[in-house]
Amino acid sequence: MPLIKMENIVKEYPMGKARFTALKDINLSVEKGEFCGLIGPSGSGKTTLLNIVGALDDPTGGTAVVLGSDISGLSHRQAAEMRSRHMGFIFQTYNLLPVYTVYENVEFPLLIMKMADKDRKNKVNAALEWVGLSDKRKSRPGQLSGGESQRVAVARAIVKRPELVLADEPTANLDAENSHNILDMMVKLNRELKTTFVFATHDEKVISYLRRKIHLFDGKIVKDEPARGKE
Amino acid sequence: MMRFLIKGLLRDRSRSLFPVLTVSAGVFLTVFFYNFMQGVFADFVSSNARFDTGHVKVMTRAYAELADQFPNDLAILECGRLIDELRGMKSDMLWVPRIRFGGLLDVPDEKGETRSQAPVLGIGANILEEGSQEKKILNLEGALVEGTLPRSADEILISRDFAERLGVKTGDTATLIGSTMYGSMAMYNFRISGMLRFGMVALDRSTIVADIEGVREALDMRDAAGEILGYTRDMVYSDEKMTELAEEFGRRFSGSDDEFSPVMLPLGRQRGLGEYLSLVKSMGSIIVAVFMVAMSIVLWNSGLLNSLRRYGEIGVRLAMGEPKGALYRRTIAESVIIGIIGSAAGTLAGIAISLYLKYVGLDYSGVMQNSTVLIPNEIRTDVNFTSFYIGFIPGLIASVLGTAFSGIGIYRRQTANLFKELEV
Repeated sequence: MPLIKMENIVKEYPMGKARFTALKDINLSVEKGEFCGLIGPSGSGKTTLLNIVGALDDPTGGTAVVLGSDISGLSHRQAAEMRSRHMGFIFQTYNLLPVYTVYENVEFPLLIMKMADKDRKNKVNAALEWVGLSDKRKSRPGQLSGGESQRVAVARAIVKRPELVLADEPTANLDAENSHNILDMMVKLNRELKTTFVFATHDEKVISYLRRKIHLFDGKIVKDEPARGKE
Repeated sequence: MMRFLIKGLLRDRSRSLFPVLTVSAGVFLTVFFYNFMQGVFADFVSSNARFDTGHVKVMTRAYAELADQFPNDLAILECGRLIDELRGMKSDMLWVPRIRFGGLLDVPDEKGETRSQAPVLGIGANILEEGSQEKKILNLEGALVEGTLPRSADEILISRDFAERLGVKTGDTATLIGSTMYGSMAMYNFRISGMLRFGMVALDRSTIVADIEGVREALDMRDAAGEILGYTRDMVYSDEKMTELAEEFGRRFSGSDDEFSPVMLPLGRQRGLGEYLSLVKSMGSIIVAVFMVAMSIVLWNSGLLNSLRRYGEIGVRLAMGEPKGALYRRTIAESVIIGIIGSAAGTLAGIAISLYLKYVGLDYSGVMQNSTVLIPNEIRTDVNFTSFYIGFIPGLIASVLGTAFSGIGIYRRQTANLFKELEV
């Protein structure tokens, strides 16, 4: 069974008296372990689609089944529960909590899940090891470089071992070297943990790493291109 | 999770220190003003009771109607017998006769001619009688700044400010010119045995205190007294109890058609003091209500600013799957912690300053020069059990209310916009 299954998805927004259609008739299936990206220019609908996949928004029409649940039928609480247990998020601007240490930032999703102390500690240490930041565990976000901050964000996204990680322009604020480091790390996590990654991007560096490229334009999938990215 | 939140609070000063300081300041002001008002009113009531109204005052019905003019021609006759009856009726109270009188105090020179003269307000009290509590009630020993207390009925105490104005000193003779109980002119020579400083402008301006027997002699008031004052033994006034006592007295002693029948008035029904007592009762509620509204608005705004500052954090938490309800409750929990710390700090500060002013006092006699109100020149605050919670509970509620209002924004946040919002 696919991890994400979308059929005839439509998303419309009211714009004054008219309605703006952000997504039109989207049909998409993503299997577990994929490393794929929604690619397209600004306004093409990739973030809107990522919102629906992440149970942050409902489609206006069609069926979106993510991790076995129909997104349209989820209450706010159920959607939050799904995100909390099964999804990780990586944002363009890291969005780390500035007053907490690296360790505490990574620990936070596990606190939301009410995980026991011992398990939490093990998982946070493991996540920091994966991203190579064990030595920075006591640092605050303000003391980190952009690359390090995004690595913390990645650790925070994967610490609970989610089935699905959603990343919106994760390298937009990074230089080329840091971008490649982050993407190499994500590829490694995808391979070793079998975590599914879905990106929304128009960054060529990211695109070069994708194993599947879903091209969006004007709210439609114009090309779904299974391709071999960098390993 | 709570430990995690507390860590965040401690590290993020704008999230903790500013709200804590705001709550502390508000609670401090509430506690201090409450103690201040309690102190001022308690002093005011106590001063009036000791020098003027008693906790209850017995007068003839006619005297009561003109009491401000000290109409001694309408005084109680055979007051000794009435005092005995009062003692029989309410033995756990002190009953003391007083004569208050007005007149001129004339100071002669060595030839017997008037050297200086001024209107005088006199208090005749039972100073010489053994076992009398009047010296204590009028605080004569504490107020004596020069000379001695009267040792005979023809000796008086004079307020020092008044003595300086008249140019008299201890040992001098002063003549009281007034009218007797029967309306004829009275002239009586007193010797000044000492000088007093009451610490109340209204008394220090022109008061003399004499033994009641001397005043009776001077004003021809044998076994009479203008007023009989009653005091509870603990000197604490209870409006309810004194009103009950006055009603009981009325039923037993007052004749509705006899203008010389005695009436008893509680402190709360004299000189408009009832309004002051009501004000004291409502003052606490007024202060608390004003504080709560003001603090809630301040903390609401502070919460809104805080929400803006933490916009990203709240967005990330929602995206990561923290339910809105849980996020709201945790924000409220933070406000409870802030409320408790701020309220405790404010209460402690308020009580500390109040205790300081309770013992040291604040002299404001400079602004009371023309006052006729019996109120001490030094403001002293009063700290009581209520002081410990009158600011604390509203502080906590205001903190939670402010956050509750500002936190409504969490529920309005659209998760669909999170990716866009968090790009900023």
